[in-house]
Amino acid sequence: MQMRVGFFVTCLVDTMRPRIGFAAIRLLETAGCEVVVPARQTCCGQPGFNSGDRKSARTMALKFLAEFEAFDYVVLPSGSCAGMIRVHYPDLFRDDPALHQRFAALAQRTHELTDFLVNVARLGKAPGNFRGTLTYHDSCSGLRELDVYKQPRALLATMPGVTLNEMVESTTCCGFGGTFSVKYGELSTRMADNKCKHITEAHANTIVGGDLGCLLNIEGRLRRKGDHRTRVLHVAEVLADVEPDATG
Amino acid sequence: MKNTSVDFKNQVTIKLADAKLQDALSRLQSRFVEGRSAVISEIHDLQETRDAAAGIRDRVLNDLEHWLLQFEQQATARGAIVHWAESGEDVNRIVAGIAAQHGVKTASKSKSMVSEECGLNDALEQAGVKVMETDLGEYILQLAHEAPSHIVAPVVHKNKEEISDLFAEKHQLPRKTGIAELCREAREVLRPAFLNAEMGISGGNFLVAETGSVLIVTNEGNGRLVTTLPRVHVAITGIEKVVPTLEDVSTLLRLLPRSATGQSITNYVSVLTGNKAKEDHEGPEHFHIILLDNGRSKLIGGEMQEMLRCIRCGACMNHCPVYQNIGGHAYGWVYPGPMGSILTPLLGGIEKSPDLPNASTFCGACSAVCPVKIPLPDLLRKLRVKQLENGMKSRQETFMLRAWAWLSLHPAIYALATRATARLLRLLGGRDKLLHILPGASGWTDGRDLPAPAGQTFREMYQQGKRK
Repeated sequence: MQMRVGFFVTCLVDTMRPRIGFAAIRLLETAGCEVVVPARQTCCGQPGFNSGDRKSARTMALKFLAEFEAFDYVVLPSGSCAGMIRVHYPDLFRDDPALHQRFAALAQRTHELTDFLVNVARLGKAPGNFRGTLTYHDSCSGLRELDVYKQPRALLATMPGVTLNEMVESTTCCGFGGTFSVKYGELSTRMADNKCKHITEAHANTIVGGDLGCLLNIEGRLRRKGDHRTRVLHVAEVLADVEPDATG
Repeated sequence: MKNTSVDFKNQVTIKLADAKLQDALSRLQSRFVEGRSAVISEIHDLQETRDAAAGIRDRVLNDLEHWLLQFEQQATARGAIVHWAESGEDVNRIVAGIAAQHGVKTASKSKSMVSEECGLNDALEQAGVKVMETDLGEYILQLAHEAPSHIVAPVVHKNKEEISDLFAEKHQLPRKTGIAELCREAREVLRPAFLNAEMGISGGNFLVAETGSVLIVTNEGNGRLVTTLPRVHVAITGIEKVVPTLEDVSTLLRLLPRSATGQSITNYVSVLTGNKAKEDHEGPEHFHIILLDNGRSKLIGGEMQEMLRCIRCGACMNHCPVYQNIGGHAYGWVYPGPMGSILTPLLGGIEKSPDLPNASTFCGACSAVCPVKIPLPDLLRKLRVKQLENGMKSRQETFMLRAWAWLSLHPAIYALATRATARLLRLLGGRDKLLHILPGASGWTDGRDLPAPAGQTFREMYQQGKRK
């Protein structure tokens, strides 16, 4: 039976780079899923939650539950938003056994995109024809909250045109950290600098990752330092090979 | 030690521009991160061992009074004298009192971060006791009149050249440049201090309840000299350091040196039990153990109790990308890095450290390596909750949080707002599709150009049936 997947695009992809959302849908459909995009979705609540606003985070979690509970699976093109739902939503409702159980069940069915494609949908081969030499940045929440490390690499390895040059310290934070990057801009920029140095040393023409926040941070620093050549792409864009600029 | 963590942001700017510091910090990765990684895999059941270690610490913390009283009873039965200190000043007063009682004029000291909490050295100097730090790193800092910047490697912020200069100036000897020569010179200066000291002061990594022992874990051998040569030994540590049995210590010792310095085992593990008995040839005649609270007990039973599991290995700071870029002094008190960003506000007052809970990306590298599985990002987040609840966040941030939450709960207005934002940012991005400045987020655009968005939101395009 076809899996019915609720797709949560994430606030950042929604506003900043919609093509990642379309690439993700293409991948999910290639894997044989029926993809539904609930129209009233907004933000998972992570920015407020991480700033100490538990109350709003709970309200937003309830909204999410109402919109996504009915699906077989929930998929997000972001490790940090998926981590919010899988790890932190249930934790927010520890004091309410009935809700906690529902959130725990939702968490079980919620996946970061590449994790879903590899471990649930068993996508054998990425549909894109991307050609290039890549290096991969492992975003923190996906890596440490959801154990996303092998999944994107497994999918990229199915693409004949892709060469992966691993950078050193690929699992070190790029310095984004949501509001951290605004509050402690100087420190965040230094961390991004370190990341950019490792990217450059990897001799790749494209830096790929699974979280748009980190990618904007990295791209932002590369461009400011005058690197306008290195491409910065979400892993979904590479796997689906949606031409950049086709939809902006 | 004075808490200056309120100045964190300014310190970040200073430390990022400090070339010598940056050079010294660049060695953290190979020395500590790769060092740990090379030996931690020797523990074939690492996750189970971490669980066991966390379990030992939790068992103690859930019944701290019981274990402390057992420790006191056992230590006293073996001839030690246990003192309870509520504050750092109490510690200083007790140590000065012991010194006066025994006519002590000179003391040798091995490394103790708890004594840094108290500002013990200054207090003893004022009481007329000359204190000599004998841990090489601490000795260097005493010469330089600086505070430790790391709990295990206190002088990690200095490079070899700085130490060569310092020794030449303070020792009035020809400048040496080799590490072995520098160490020999320090040894020669320190040797008389060991022999002449009338009192030895040490810390304590663990307190063993079943035997009343103070256990110290060291590498340099100075700890042995400090705790056995002088006729008085004073061990100072925090009340949370107690563990039930030596068996428990052995579990924790599998993790501590590997996590701390990338060593399978340290050069010395000293189990100090009681004072010198009649039949003993050596050891201190008087053994005092001072147990400091300084705010720890009020964490027991609360949502921050897990912080007290800490066994002071330093792995969290070694692996922290914030610490790696600014070093320990920027944090403004005794304990730096992730554990310090939690302990400083908890022990020193949350209102005095507005930045520390926020200066983290929640990358999670710290909790991933913590040998006793302290959920450091979760604890930092809880401090942020407290800040918000107590009105300690800026009005602008509080407003933004409320506005974002409100918007997210009103999808139709959210859709309009995001559409407007996407269009505006695209416009501002101009021809090169990059935003060089962003009003209200200069922290971001001071060092980065924000790639401009497409101009339409995903949801908008999806509803219009664009499927590319």
